[in-house]
Amino acid sequence: MDIRLENASLHWQQHCVFRELDLELPAGQWTSILGQSGVGKSSLLQLLCGIADDADLSGTIQCSDGKPLSGRVAWMAQDDLLLPWLSTLDNVLLAARLSQRQVTPEQRELGHYLLTQVGLGDKARARPSQLSGGQRQRVALARTLFQDRPLVCMDEPFSALDAINRLRLQDLAAQLLADRTVLMITHDPLEALRLSDRVLVLQGSPARLTHPILPRGAAPRSVRDETLLQLQGELLALLAGEAA
Amino acid sequence: MAAILRPLSIAFGLALLWQCIVWISGAPKFILPGPGLVIATLVDQLPLLLRHAGVTLVEILLGLVLGVVLGLLSALSLITWGGLRRWLMPVLVISQAIPVFALAPVLMLWLGYGMASKIAMATLIIYFPVTAACFDGLRRTPTDYLKLARTLGAKRRAQLLQIRLPAALPAFGSGLRVAASVAPIGAVVGEWVGSSTGLGYLMLNANARMQVDLMFAALLILALIAVALYFLIDRLARLLVPWQSDTLNTPLSGSGRSR
Repeated sequence: MDIRLENASLHWQQHCVFRELDLELPAGQWTSILGQSGVGKSSLLQLLCGIADDADLSGTIQCSDGKPLSGRVAWMAQDDLLLPWLSTLDNVLLAARLSQRQVTPEQRELGHYLLTQVGLGDKARARPSQLSGGQRQRVALARTLFQDRPLVCMDEPFSALDAINRLRLQDLAAQLLADRTVLMITHDPLEALRLSDRVLVLQGSPARLTHPILPRGAAPRSVRDETLLQLQGELLALLAGEAA
Repeated sequence: MAAILRPLSIAFGLALLWQCIVWISGAPKFILPGPGLVIATLVDQLPLLLRHAGVTLVEILLGLVLGVVLGLLSALSLITWGGLRRWLMPVLVISQAIPVFALAPVLMLWLGYGMASKIAMATLIIYFPVTAACFDGLRRTPTDYLKLARTLGAKRRAQLLQIRLPAALPAFGSGLRVAASVAPIGAVVGEWVGSSTGLGYLMLNANARMQVDLMFAALLILALIAVALYFLIDRLARLLVPWQSDTLNTPLSGSGRSR
């Protein structure tokens, strides 16, 4: 299912952050948006998730199957948002817990399976407070996978992690979210280039989306890849040039 | 071992201070009886004291339960219906401007001389702090939790019961602690205004007959009830939020190490 966001605009305190913005999310591809703070990246993502609370944010969303997008998006934020009073497994099962009376045994099994997939099979009963930051974000990833939605929106999902954990989680996400439609917001050019099929930059005032950069090879790409590093340099120059 | 020794030494220290004041001021025993005399009276009059203490305890507990349940229900209604909130919140605040003590005679008039008016007093005095604490807790749910719940397809009811309510439990615990510490005041004030049983009645009665030692004995029992109630509720409030670590008693804060 392709998703198109058309004519999006965001005004903040009488200042136009962006307007007439079009964004295409081709089915089965990973799209990343880079940009500095304050260009409205998160607002754009929350508009797609249907959870934006900015009053002056609007846009039309079209899906190639003609049905509305609402209820078909999974959201993963920078903060893991694990509920501290639930066990790890119950956090993964949260979608089922919130919308059904009872969690079915099959769902429970799926939850266990997903926890094993993110490498936390033995932590099903632990509370979130007993986990490290990387482990918590892994649980958040499992919770996102459990929802099994056509579109996954991620808002700087790995930015709170240290460098090593970030690389590991990027690999894991690339493996588990392969062939899904993903939109990721990030500050990190390398992260975008490693994982995405299409990298866009949102910048300017009012902000515009650049033409997509299409990194070659299968994700996750190696951090030693020469062309990748060169692209990273160009992207950094593009982003920094804006700041200067 | 220290857990038993410490309260005992605190009690002993306070009693010693009390005795010193008696020695220094040279007050006669109908003005300020020493701790020894009060303990002797306590043991002597134990059946009488316990009978009255039982009545007061029941008043406190029933008032506590009623006040907490009503407060919790009010907070939930205020959160659920926005229209109700705009109309009821000012009324609640205005009602707090009226001192509860001033209402005591009226309650006596309406509910009679018996326990009902004292329970009503305790309920009234607890109601507002519990409502305010619960309401505050319920509306301060992190917005991102609620956004997440929306993307997970949660209806308003599920959001309230499974996200807002558990997230408000720490605040509810604070409300409970305040309630536990003010409930005895409500019951005793109710008894002072008019009653024929209860520790408040006994204290007034003993005071009028210059049995100051009996009055102090009743006061001592009341203090014991209040302290026990507080610690019980505090324990309960902790059990409500097992996921919240108590940073005061972890080695990180340093002060906990001396235990």
